[in-house]
Amino acid sequence: MTDTYQKTATVTKAPVFSMAQVAPWVIAVIFLMVLPIAFGSNSAITIMNQMMITIVFALSYNMLLGQGGMLSFGHAVYMGVGGFFCMHLMNIVEANELPIPLPVLPIFGGLFGLGLATIVGSFSTRKAGTVFAMISLGIGELIAACSVIIVAFFGGEEGMPGDRTYFLPFFGTEFLRQIEVYYLIAFWTVLSALLMYLFSRTPVGRMANAVRDNPERAEFLGYSARWVRFFSFCGAGFFAGIAGGLFAINYEILTETNLSTTQSGIILLITFLGGVGFFFGPILGAIAFTLLQSVLSLQSEIWQLYLGALFLATVMFFPGGLAGVLMMHVPAARMGRLGWLVGPYLRTILPALIGIAGLAALMELLFHVRHSATGDTDMTLFWVTFDSHSILPWIVAIVATVGGIWLARQGAPKLRETWHRANTPGAAKTTGGAA
Amino acid sequence: MTVPALQLEGLRKSFGKTEIIRGVDLSIGRSERHAIIGPNGAGKSTLFNLITGRFPQTSGKVRLHGHDLAGMAPFEINRRGLSRSFQITNIFSNMTVFENVRCSLLWSQGYKYSFWNMVSRSRELTEGAMEILEQINLTSRAQLPAGVLSYAEQRALEIGITIAGGADVIMLDEPTAGMSHSETDYIVELIRKVTENKTLIMVEHDMGVVFGLADYISVLVYGEIIATGRPEEVRANPKVQEAYLGAALEAEH
Ligand SMILES: Nc1ncnc2c1ncn2[C@@H]1O[C@H](COP(=O)(O)OP(=O)(O)OP(=O)(O)O)[C@@H](O)[C@H]1O
Ligand SMILES: [Mg+2]
Repeated sequence: MTDTYQKTATVTKAPVFSMAQVAPWVIAVIFLMVLPIAFGSNSAITIMNQMMITIVFALSYNMLLGQGGMLSFGHAVYMGVGGFFCMHLMNIVEANELPIPLPVLPIFGGLFGLGLATIVGSFSTRKAGTVFAMISLGIGELIAACSVIIVAFFGGEEGMPGDRTYFLPFFGTEFLRQIEVYYLIAFWTVLSALLMYLFSRTPVGRMANAVRDNPERAEFLGYSARWVRFFSFCGAGFFAGIAGGLFAINYEILTETNLSTTQSGIILLITFLGGVGFFFGPILGAIAFTLLQSVLSLQSEIWQLYLGALFLATVMFFPGGLAGVLMMHVPAARMGRLGWLVGPYLRTILPALIGIAGLAALMELLFHVRHSATGDTDMTLFWVTFDSHSILPWIVAIVATVGGIWLARQGAPKLRETWHRANTPGAAKTTGGAA
Repeated sequence: MTVPALQLEGLRKSFGKTEIIRGVDLSIGRSERHAIIGPNGAGKSTLFNLITGRFPQTSGKVRLHGHDLAGMAPFEINRRGLSRSFQITNIFSNMTVFENVRCSLLWSQGYKYSFWNMVSRSRELTEGAMEILEQINLTSRAQLPAGVLSYAEQRALEIGITIAGGADVIMLDEPTAGMSHSETDYIVELIRKVTENKTLIMVEHDMGVVFGLADYISVLVYGEIIATGRPEEVRANPKVQEAYLGAALEAEH
């Protein structure tokens, strides 16, 4: 996260950890502590819990994709299996009244995920690339299929339910309330993120990057590319298992959907959306995705279409994801020139947003006309209720789309030019000033 | 009698039907600087690839300090103290220059697959990497991604990565290719310095470099060594004159 700071810090023999390294973590902890005070409603906490679980899962996925260069299509398996194992533990604790507090449960999920990853990794990490991707897909399908065969473990189609409140009270807490679960998950999220970050700074974590970039050369430096991949794979399995344990605690049920390849696909999407090139990328991805999902799914029936479009746009135009877009601005920010960009950004992004909204309105109109019950012509969009069969909303939507995109394209050259100048040391703000 | 650092016995390699290395016997003593020269396509790089485990040989033996290397992977051979560079630059282009060098120090400093040490907390690693960067004149480039370096800088990094681990047998495949005169002179001095008391095996087309550095020279033509010996002997050898050196020396002037 703070690569540059770190190096200069060690060269000048700075204290064990520098301010720049510790600050983001302290801020994150404080932020997570006060968040429920600002958003205390049950629905908000539900969303935040889901967000944090997704963060752990996405970070673990990025240990493979971003740091190790392994494209997995079956990562949900490790989270799912870890979660199922925790459900069983939950039921065992309930049946035998074992004196175990709930907060330690995720570690068992992690260990189970680790165990499975050790077995699968022993043969799947031999090669990266297509071979690895195909094996991950195969294993994913295989274990998902097991969920309907091995009913005793996976609970068949109903899934595996449990009850988190039978654990030994933890300092008087029985985790009956959402908010208590929130703090439990927050603790594990910070701890897991920190451990994953530290892992990336260890010799094997550094070599994971090297093997990702050039496995052959890594071998000529004494490291077996295969074993380096194996260690990353095991780490990813462990933290996915922890995410599974958190899921088990939060939802008190796991079903076959937790193991499905759809789930594996979603985590790939989230991680890519956030950006695989930076440690904090998947965190952004998980937050953005969960917000979009919970907001859009309430507003629109075709929200998955928008998500798909967003993913496509990310892959095509911003392969660095949200984190990449943010970090693109660092050089300009260092030179104190972010202000230069505000005007051109507004003149491009605002019309672009209007254009996108217009396009979305067209989609919604089309969907409403085709799929609503006959006679039901009223629809509400952007807080306005109108008749979807009349011509006016269509005209408005088309004008917004065409006009917005046209304006955005008008603003683009200026933005490109200002961007270039803001990133050229010594350049003036406007061409007039330079002349 | 001391065991040679590297010993090749009847080494052969075929790609499909064409035999590229056609029975090479060579013994390179400890702390010897040995240059391998020969025309393009003679099989010099292939010979390097056979020695370092990049390709399996068709037949014959490679011994490093007397140990047979048959069936060993490159990383196992590297751990036995052999390090090599590549003719076509082979670096970690998305990582910073500093990271490139630091990664090449990890195994030799005994970190193995450790996931309980922080690399940034180790003074030996940081200072070791900075020292190598100093030697290859890339200190000012330390924080840049290796992929954005100029060609000559990437060649210097290639050498830096190879020598960083402190292997006692160092193999360089055309280390000065594409460098300017002054860069070449600098790199030659660096190679001389870091291979002090080590075994150096080098493929090189620049005869100035070869005759300046090498204690021994072997001439490889069409997969066979046609001559091996002290520089002056090789230079005077009529077979070598005819097959390669005459043309190569002429090209120098
Ligand atoms: N992997 C391979 N598969 C098939 N043929 C190969 C392979 N590698 C090398 N060759 C062939 O072996 C021959 C020797 O190649 P090599 O690269 O060893 O030559 P060289 O002596 O290093 O030449 P140069 O001076 O140009 O680097 C060439 O004819 C080449 O085409
Ligand atoms: Mg060659």
